[in-house]
Amino acid sequence: MIRALALVAFLIVWAAVSYGNRSLQAMNPILLPTPGEVVAVAVSLARDGSLERHLLVSSLRIAEGFGLAAVTALALGVLVGLYTPARLAVEPVIEFVRPIPPLAFLPMFLVWFGLGETSKVAFITYTTFFPMFVGITAGLLRVDIMLLRAAASLGATRLQLLRRVVVPAALPGIVVALRLGFGLAIFVIVGAEFMGADAGLGHLIMEGRVFFNPAQIVMGALLLGILGSLVNGLLLAAERRALRWRALR
Amino acid sequence: MSTAGVGGAGGARVQIEGVHKSFTLDGRSTPALIDISLEVQAGELLCLLGPSGCGKSTLLNIVAGFIPPTRGRVLVDGTPITGPGPERGVVFQEYVLFPWLTVTQNVEFGPRLMGVPAARCREITARYLEMVGLSEHATKFPVQLSGGMKQRVAIARALANSPSIVLMDEPFGALDAQTREIMQEELSRIQRVEHKTIVFVTHSIREAVYLADRVVVMTSSPGRIKEVFPIKLPETRNRFAPEFTHYESEITRVVKEEVAKVHE
Repeated sequence: MIRALALVAFLIVWAAVSYGNRSLQAMNPILLPTPGEVVAVAVSLARDGSLERHLLVSSLRIAEGFGLAAVTALALGVLVGLYTPARLAVEPVIEFVRPIPPLAFLPMFLVWFGLGETSKVAFITYTTFFPMFVGITAGLLRVDIMLLRAAASLGATRLQLLRRVVVPAALPGIVVALRLGFGLAIFVIVGAEFMGADAGLGHLIMEGRVFFNPAQIVMGALLLGILGSLVNGLLLAAERRALRWRALR
Repeated sequence: MSTAGVGGAGGARVQIEGVHKSFTLDGRSTPALIDISLEVQAGELLCLLGPSGCGKSTLLNIVAGFIPPTRGRVLVDGTPITGPGPERGVVFQEYVLFPWLTVTQNVEFGPRLMGVPAARCREITARYLEMVGLSEHATKFPVQLSGGMKQRVAIARALANSPSIVLMDEPFGALDAQTREIMQEELSRIQRVEHKTIVFVTHSIREAVYLADRVVVMTSSPGRIKEVFPIKLPETRNRFAPEFTHYESEITRVVKEEVAKVHE
């Protein structure tokens, strides 16, 4: 309820400021698009089907890049979380590469993978892998040893320990890591699509800059925000369902 | 016993042979247990009693297979143990239930690991939940239960796996005095039916005299066996009988010597 009201309040403030500016001419009205203008851009782009195409292209890139990173982070996280030699070998490399701002490597991805889809997907995978891997590993390593002992004394094999204890116990941490990774995917897709893309929401935003259409820039940004909160909401709902026992306290 | 354990009634024999344990921290080795040799008979309830930090929980963890002894070995029915195993059920002081599973799912955890068919699992679970008086709470999650109820789930979970040995590490230590006495009575009632081999760690002398066939008093750290008291009292015990208080005061005298050493 409060969330809905806050959104409405935001829209009202935006409308008041932008329409107010238009009548007062405090700054050039083109620089501060009104909600009406943004919707108008969206409608005109939707008419010729290009909005759908841009949205689809970006969503697909995010889904592929994020999905690939999530699967890799989970697999490697389980290996590193449960097998100490693997952790000792992998950790230093990860900790060395991780602090490098991913955008610094973006040109390399274009050099390696060209201007097509591969470079974007690979870049999102690369960027979102690290925070998810670190979060998942930490979640797995924090599993209470007493839970493992309890299960082992009930006869659990190593595989059963993993499936029946480690994964469910680490689930809250894993879901947080996935949400973080997805937020980052939305964050970096724009950068990837600024450089050498002919479609996608990032490209739409860049086009808005080149052709001096601020309403289009705002629309692209808003669509990314909506996309991000929709998926975040889905992940939160999944988390709540998996952890419904927590709410009973 | 027609009503006895699901997977075969009765307990197994536990032999603890010359067990030493020391812990190493920063290159310095500290002894925790020195030369513990002990034989627990099949179906016997043995209490390990001693001051805090005497190593009684360490000994239980070694028998459970959670940690290896530095020297010596533990045998179950003549076979040396190498790690935890389903024939040795464990009840922990802090319950350690799986918080994401319901009461029923916690209790059937062991049988399901063993591949027991679902219908049979339901039967076993229903039987043990009834035994500990929790049938009405079967669909609740552990967070919804009181401490006493959680510990009863933990006991049902251990017993439902039909172990021949149950290791209990101060299982009633976190409970209030009234709940604790009720739990003791319940355990002693269950034991009259199940005849498991039970090793029960406690620092309550009353609890030990109430439950045990034998009480093993340990010395203060590093732990050694100080004295063994066979408790020759009837199965159903009266905490106010003169024989009961006699055992209590005799064991108290021995334990006090050890507690005094800690404070010297």
